[in-house]
Formats: sequence, C-alpha cells, structure tokens
Amino acid sequence: MLGRTANGLFWMFRYLERAENTARLLDAGLRMALTRDLVTAEEEWRSVISTAGQRTGYEAKHGTYTGMQAWNYMLRDKDNPASILAMFGQVRQNARLCRNAISGELWEAINENWLVIKDQLAKPVGENRVLATVASIRRAGTLAHGAMEGSMLRDEGYHFAQAGTFIERGDSIARILDIKYYLLLPSLSYVGSSLDTGQWDQVLRSVSGDRAYRWLNAGQIDARGICDFLILDDCFPRSLAFCHSELRANLAALARLHGKEGLSNELMREADTRLSDLTIDRVFDQGLHEFLLEFMSGNAAIGNAIAQDYRFLA
Amino acid sequence: MTGSAEFFDEMHDADGGVRDAYSDYCTWFDEQKTGLLKRKHAEAETNFRKTGITFNVYGEDEAEERLIPFDMVPRVITAAEWRKLTRGIEQRVSALNAFMHDLYHRQEIIRAGRIPERLFRDNAAWLPNMVGFTPPGGVYTHIVGIDLVRTGPDEFYVLEDNARTPSGVSYMLENRETMMAMFPELFMRVPVEQVSDYPRRLAKSLAACAPACTKGKPTVAVLTPGIYNSAYFEHAFLADQMGAELVEGSDLRIVDGRVQMRTTSGFQPVDVIYRRVDDDFLDPLTFNEDSVLGVPGIMDVYRSGGVTIANAPGTGVADDKAIYSFMPEIVEFYTGEKPLLPNVETHRCAEEETLKYVLDNLEDLVVKEVHGSGGYGMLIGPAASKKELEEFRKKIVAKPENYIAQPTLSLSTCPIFTKKGLAPRHVDLRPFVLVSPDKIDITPGGLTRVALKEGSLVVNSSQGGGTKDTWVLKD
Repeated sequence: MLGRTANGLFWMFRYLERAENTARLLDAGLRMALTRDLVTAEEEWRSVISTAGQRTGYEAKHGTYTGMQAWNYMLRDKDNPASILAMFGQVRQNARLCRNAISGELWEAINENWLVIKDQLAKPVGENRVLATVASIRRAGTLAHGAMEGSMLRDEGYHFAQAGTFIERGDSIARILDIKYYLLLPSLSYVGSSLDTGQWDQVLRSVSGDRAYRWLNAGQIDARGICDFLILDDCFPRSLAFCHSELRANLAALARLHGKEGLSNELMREADTRLSDLTIDRVFDQGLHEFLLEFMSGNAAIGNAIAQDYRFLA
Repeated sequence: MTGSAEFFDEMHDADGGVRDAYSDYCTWFDEQKTGLLKRKHAEAETNFRKTGITFNVYGEDEAEERLIPFDMVPRVITAAEWRKLTRGIEQRVSALNAFMHDLYHRQEIIRAGRIPERLFRDNAAWLPNMVGFTPPGGVYTHIVGIDLVRTGPDEFYVLEDNARTPSGVSYMLENRETMMAMFPELFMRVPVEQVSDYPRRLAKSLAACAPACTKGKPTVAVLTPGIYNSAYFEHAFLADQMGAELVEGSDLRIVDGRVQMRTTSGFQPVDVIYRRVDDDFLDPLTFNEDSVLGVPGIMDVYRSGGVTIANAPGTGVADDKAIYSFMPEIVEFYTGEKPLLPNVETHRCAEEETLKYVLDNLEDLVVKEVHGSGGYGMLIGPAASKKELEEFRKKIVAKPENYIAQPTLSLSTCPIFTKKGLAPRHVDLRPFVLVSPDKIDITPGGLTRVALKEGSLVVNSSQGGGTKDTWVLKD
C-alpha cells in the first residue's frame, strides 16, 4: 500500500471519530439544556464549547453563550475549522484520496453521509430540528463503521484506519476529562455540588457512557468512580485502557504484516508499562492533570511514529 | 437548421416504424407506465450522486462537483453494425500505431511525400526525445478513443482520434451499472453484450506491455494529477476496478534506475504506468520544469527500458486535427488497404485555395482549432451570429494553419426521455480500444454522448451534453 494512502485512511478515521465525538458532546449539551433553566444555560453551553476545545474560536466570534449560537458554531460555522461539517468534508476528501483502498460499501456510506449532512447543515439549524440533526450525524458515523466492519479486507489498510480511530478517541476522552477536572468548576468549593455532579453526568453522556456506568455503579455519581471507569475499565469501548489495547493489537498486526517492528511498537510498549497495574488511587496521587497530559503526549507520539514507520509522507 | 426529417433517426424510420435494433426495447418501453419512468429518471440521478460519479469543471470552485446528465433511453447498435465498425476501428488504430512508430523513426511517410513535414514539425505534441526510441512491445497508443458519428443507415464517420489520454470510460461502465440496477428485466429480455470486463481487459492489455526488466507479475499503477483534476473520479475508479495502485507524482521517485512508489514498506518498482497526466507535466527535468505532477527523471528511465508509459509520450501528435485530415492517406500507407471507416471531409485552412473556400462559406461550416479539444475554440457556422462569424473570420485570417473546417454534419439522433415523452437529440459514439503487442481489443459498447438541447450538435459534457448507455446487441 502507498504511504500516502495509509495516511489517508488513518486521517479519514481520525476525522470521522472527531466528528462523532463532537456530535456526542453536542447531544449531551442539548439534553442538559432541556432539563435546566435559562439561568444556568449560558454556563452549560460554555462548558460544552470548552470541552470541545472550541472556546477561543467561539469567543472571538460571539460575546455570549446561547444554545442556538453554540450548536450552530459546532455544527456548521465556516470560521470553525473543527465544525462537524468541516470534519465530514475532511472524511470524504480522504476517502476520495484512498478510494481504491476502501470497499465500495464504505465509500458509498461515506459519500451518502456527506450528501445528507451537507444538506442538513446548509442553513442555520433551529431548535425544532437540532436534535434530529445531531441524531442523524451520529447515525452517519455508525453507518460508516458498520460498512467498514462488514466489508473491509483485514489488511494493513484496516489497521491504519483502526489506529486512527483509537488514537483520536483516546485523545478526545483524555481531553474531555482534563477540561472537566481543571477548567469547568468556578472554584474548588464547588466539588460535590449539584453543578459538579451535573457536569460529570454530562461527561458520561458525551462519551455515551452514562448507561454503562449506571449499570456498573448502581447510579453512584462521583469523580473518582467516573475517572476509574473512563480511564481504566477495559470493557468500556471509550475508555483510555480500551483504546490502548485496541491500538496495541493494530500496531502488532501491522508489525506482523511488515515483518518488523518500528518506533511505534516501541512507544506502545512504553505506554503499556505506564498503564499496567495502574489503579485510580495511583492516578490521583500522581495528579489527574499530569497523568492525562502524559497520556495525551504519549498518544500523539505514537501517532507520529506510525506516520514515520510507514512512510505516510515523502 | 430545418426540420428533423433531414437527420437519421436511429430508433424510427421515415414512416414512424421502429427499426430492428430498437424493436425489443420499444416493445418493453410501450409496456411501461409514464409515471414509473419519470420516477426512475429521478432515481438515476440519486444513484450517480451516491456512487460519487462526478467531474470537476475547469474554472469553477475547486469543491464544486458536477454530474454529467444521464439519459435512460439506451443507444442501440446491432451485432452486424458493430462487426463492421470493429473492422474499421482495428484498421485505423493499427495504422495510428504504425504511424507513430514511423514518425519517430525513419519517417517513410514523409519521404514518400504522402504527408507534409510541417505537420509534425509545427506540432506542440511532437516530442524530439522520442526519436529513435521504441516503447516496450512497440505499442504507442495503448488506449484509444475513436469518436464516431453516424449520418445514415450504413454511414459512420470518424470525427476525431483520441490517442493522448481518452477519458469517459468510467461512464460507459457506470451507465450500464445504473441501467441494470434500474431495469433488470430489460436485460433479461434483450441480449446485450457485456462491458463490465473492460477494467480486466485493460489490466491485461497493460500488463502485456510491461518492460523486459519486469520481475514476476507486472505492477501497474494509474498516475493521476490528483483529487482536483476533472477526471479524478475516473482515475480512482479504474485503479480500483483493475486492482492497481492510484499514484500521484509525489508518490514516485527514481531509485536504482527504476520508477518506484513509496509504499508503507519502502520503495517498490512500478512496471507499467497508465498515466492520466499530460506529456508536458510528466517529467520536470525534460518538459515543464515547474510541474509538480510528474516524476523527475522518468523519461531517462523510460528511454532505457525501465518502465512502460501508457500512452507513450508524444502520441498526442495524432490528436491534431491537421493530422486527422490526412488519416485516409495514413491508413492506406501503413495497411495497404482503403480505409473502411471514412473521415469527415476536412478543409485545411493552411492551404491557400482552401482558405478562400472556407472564408467564403463560413456560415455553412464547422471550424475547429487543430490543437483544440472538448468543444472549446470551435465555430458552428449555421448556429453562429453575424458578430461571431466576423470575429472567427479574423482569427482564421490571422493564423490559417491553426484551423480546419468541416461541413456541418447531419448527425444522427436517438431519442431522450423528456417530461413530454421521447424526443430526438443528436448523438456521437466513442468506443474504447486497447492495444497490446499482439492484439487490438475493442469492448463492445462505448460512450454515447448526447446533445440535450433541442437542435444542438455539441455533445461535449463541458458544453451541456449528457450520456447514454450504449448497447451492442448479441447475434
């Protein structure tokens, strides 16, 4: 496979994951907005935009936080390079680039998604259709993943795509946790308050983990329990531990197919050492923020090493 | 342009009866409800959008992707007609290939005084670097599109030879896919020759032209200018269907005297490059030094036999319309036979007396630039305004050798489906021809282009033309 094609597959799935994660965040924000009063709405939307990492861009454009402005910014604003519309454009562009390395079913899923989403986001999205729009965006992601699982050859291309998915997902979860823990609460005295639990609830929803967490913890919402779940639970498909274990498997498969290991496999082993036998107490002793920063930089380094090992760029 | 009676209608005869070629189709058509057909018509467009068969229009927003309109009434050719066409095309294509070899070697045809030397000396597509070099297998024109027009029951003419990089074959394939998806029952009732194995035939034909240094199974790659090229969809489609790599110039590099592609496990040699990049951009060291689409040094590798480039650089000479005007002589010179497929009568403005004739009869003629393509830079006399005629007259007088003129042809018509039912529109036909050292292979079918505007004779997609599925009937 061409290095450029591998790069295309890797980024196609990173962008798809990023678009889906933004849609999940937005979905969680919208549900929250339905159950809260207007007084706290501004605070909620600020937290949604911050968690998506889009605060600087948003505030450069808007002075206040309202639902309509916030979701339109995240969904379709031309000045927002991380809008869902821009992400899906990138997904399709990369799919076009590596058209002969993906199955027809996957291409058609991506292309159809793009046509539908482009159409839905052609005009500003009002209250009456925002939930349905976000739902259809999330379905678009599900359709693409389903088409891939059911039709793609399990060759190196599949593993590059999967590596892109899990690197992006790990990064996104770590970022959400970090922002929640260090930026969102006005001050430490709010820890344990209803604002605090409300925000943790939102974090769980935004990674589609609320139901799984309730099932495992009988509804007990506390920071330590949620961090344990999102960092270390190896059954939950959006935990850091799960992302790493998938990434490890994909990198091992790539090394096997190429008959040799590279820097990415080496860095993966180092990351494994850091995560193995880890408990949530040790994470908090080290400091959650420091732990998450270390995770994100390790994750990014693995991504760069993959690009280097497999000649993504000339 | 007067009434349609003066044009040959491929579906109906003068008394309104259905011709043999279309009898099975028309029987089926008459059984269909109009409402259903209208729905199917809309469905076709959705299908094309879904599969992403789009082309980018030059000069428009880069992100803008357009569909070429598809008409769901097939263009039908009988087995007997096709056999005749096939013989004529084979003859013409083998003459073209021999002509290319001669032009870049002994130039016997010029020594014999059959064509003037200036024809290729003045030709921008002529490549001095090709002189004295024979491509692997002696093949110059690996893929050729011959544009045909019809004027009567037994009258087909060649309008143009596309020996550079003929495009449109993806439409031949996707039009058929769409027709089969929409009207499966039609294909159970009418025996139509398959076109779907074209990519396999192409892969086989290209592999047969691999250079002698190839080890094992030849590696074939499609070289595209990239995602913003108007025909990118076709490049990706063909690579996918052939199971070949789709490469850009930046993926290729000369390593150890071979053209190699950057794969995830290092550089690997490419044996055959089906390039969809023009000669000018192929090698910045030899041609356009600003080109970022090509591969520096590829021409040196090519000349030392390290790679096959399809089509061979320099074959664009044959696309020239001044060369075209000599095709009857060229066919006869190399095959020793009279051409089976006639040319359209062509007046060369470079010749003084002819120029006078052209200027005197401008309003009845079609005038084309000798190097032009895509329907650009041409004048259709009968459809032009006084002002357009005068402006074109000045251009011809200023540079007569740049123009040829042809009579306005009575192009045949084939019905298209409109809101008001079937309506005749002018069509042409581009069959696709594959050349390998021991074989000329013509896929039974081709691209039928249709002028969608009533009365229009311009079928080019860049000028509002559409396409149809082309059926060659089985015996």
